[in-house]
Amino acid sequence: MNEQNLRNFTINFGPQHPAAHGVLRLVLELDGEVVERVDPHIGLLHRGTEKLIEQKTYLQAIPYFDRLDYVAPMNQEHAFCLAAEKLLGITVPRRGQLIRVLYCEIGRILSHLLNVTTQAMDVGALTPPLWGFEEREKLMVFYERASGSRMHAAYFRVGGVHQDLPPKLIDDIEAWCDPFLQVVADLETLLTGNRIFKQRNVDIGVVSLKEAWEWGFSGVMVRGSGAAWDLRKAQPYECYDEMDFDIPIGKNGDCYDRYLIRMEEMRQSVRIMKQCIAKLRAPDGQGPVVVEDNKIAPPRRGEMKRSMEALIHHFKLYTEGMRVPAGEVYAAVEAPKGEFGVYLVSDGTNKPYKCKIRAPGFAHLQAMHHICKGHLLADVSAILGSLDIVFGEVDR
Amino acid sequence: MDDGKLEALGQTIVSALGGAASAHAVAFNQLTVTVDAAGIVEVMKYLRDDPAMRFVNITDVTAVDYPGREKRFDVVYHLLSPTLNERIRVRAEADENTQVPSIIDVFPGADWFEREAYDLYGVIFTGHPDMRRLLTDYGFDGHPLRKDFPLTGFVEVRYDDQEKRVLYEPVRLNQEFRKFDFLSPWEGADYPLPGDEKAEPKA
Repeated sequence: MNEQNLRNFTINFGPQHPAAHGVLRLVLELDGEVVERVDPHIGLLHRGTEKLIEQKTYLQAIPYFDRLDYVAPMNQEHAFCLAAEKLLGITVPRRGQLIRVLYCEIGRILSHLLNVTTQAMDVGALTPPLWGFEEREKLMVFYERASGSRMHAAYFRVGGVHQDLPPKLIDDIEAWCDPFLQVVADLETLLTGNRIFKQRNVDIGVVSLKEAWEWGFSGVMVRGSGAAWDLRKAQPYECYDEMDFDIPIGKNGDCYDRYLIRMEEMRQSVRIMKQCIAKLRAPDGQGPVVVEDNKIAPPRRGEMKRSMEALIHHFKLYTEGMRVPAGEVYAAVEAPKGEFGVYLVSDGTNKPYKCKIRAPGFAHLQAMHHICKGHLLADVSAILGSLDIVFGEVDR
Repeated sequence: MDDGKLEALGQTIVSALGGAASAHAVAFNQLTVTVDAAGIVEVMKYLRDDPAMRFVNITDVTAVDYPGREKRFDVVYHLLSPTLNERIRVRAEADENTQVPSIIDVFPGADWFEREAYDLYGVIFTGHPDMRRLLTDYGFDGHPLRKDFPLTGFVEVRYDDQEKRVLYEPVRLNQEFRKFDFLSPWEGADYPLPGDEKAEPKA
């Protein structure tokens, strides 16, 4: 065959491909089996969340955040609540902070369990998802018992959380912790030393630290490249500064390091959860879970039966909503996938003037071409899995 | 970092940049530097490379629409310096025709953020190698996050079983879109309430 008849082969990966983690369409240009160009087409799940939030009151905006990264819903709500709280200048009561941290760590485990196990499935292992999803199921029951909903919780509210946790639930979460560590250990026996898993992940998708920063990476993606950077430690929010936990970091910045970090982070999350539980039971962990200013948080049901003022407050909160002082603020949390930020502009009315959602997966996915170039076709799904992409947050 | 240090940092940046940066402000413990859109690339290079700054991580690029203003858009950049453990917000004004230089050569990670700002707001970035729409549909028309773009949009799609394809049609609302404005007319009114004329004016 002469030179002119040789041409690169272009294939469509997705939008309906099990390894595309949702609705990603990748246009891949292949030279033989080597990837020459990756062009991700996103937006197939674009729902106009930011536009919708501009039309809603602050309370009504919260459920949209559950639907972004639907694998760890409460971590998203957290960023929005922090932004609104910064504008309002309020501090969440201690018990509210502890509950938030507890549920954020549950969210982290939910997300990492899904990511680690499905990434393993992308490279050929079938058992890990079955083991991991069993634990996710238990965690989602904890979500349900706190908020009434397995996934779309809308549990974090501006000023705290919606309701207090019953003591039995705290006991059950504690009882879940230690057996879960055993599950993590079991998962590790399946994967960490597994020859096929290592062949598919070690030295695949290497990102240097400089690249990671300038591509806008965050979370596990920079920690895998060797930066000891975690917003929970660097810019502590809520009561993370009194928690004792370690930040695992990688050396090589490849898919395998990122896998190892996620495994270790799950153990660290359990450590934080145990501390939260102990603090929730301590005398100074008692008290309200939401600010007691009725211009921000609704009055209790019992009060509303007796107090006219409480009834008026309730009515005003659920119709007009709260007024947030004018200003602009950026608040970020260390979500399981990286830095999830909310840039909130308020004009002093009851609706956000602008709410930009900065999703970690968005910044990670745009580097697909940069990371995948020169890799084999089969590595694309391994890399995609280790970037930890969820389309709810990428497309918004 | 407390407000005093941020204030000092802002002053250093504005004086080092000379004409490119015009003002800085600290609010809610966050630093904002206002710059000229034409000089954004130099600003980014300085913030990334200066040994005292090291804002090496591009966090976000977006725009805010103020239709009432002469230059309707604020293009807003968020950067993070892991060395200083500090964030900075860089703001530049632009309108529909302003050509904002792309910062993709300084931060490759600005790629999709700029595409998104173009797609949703119509801010024009020059020097971007691949300025296509990102989030909206193939062949979409308009910039949905502008304040004058209706929430319901202009086009709706459905699958037609006879034609065996997806059809695009103008939006047809069976009922006018209702916007419930619950903002209380009482609070913050600056006119005297009827019957309350003799009340003392608020200080």
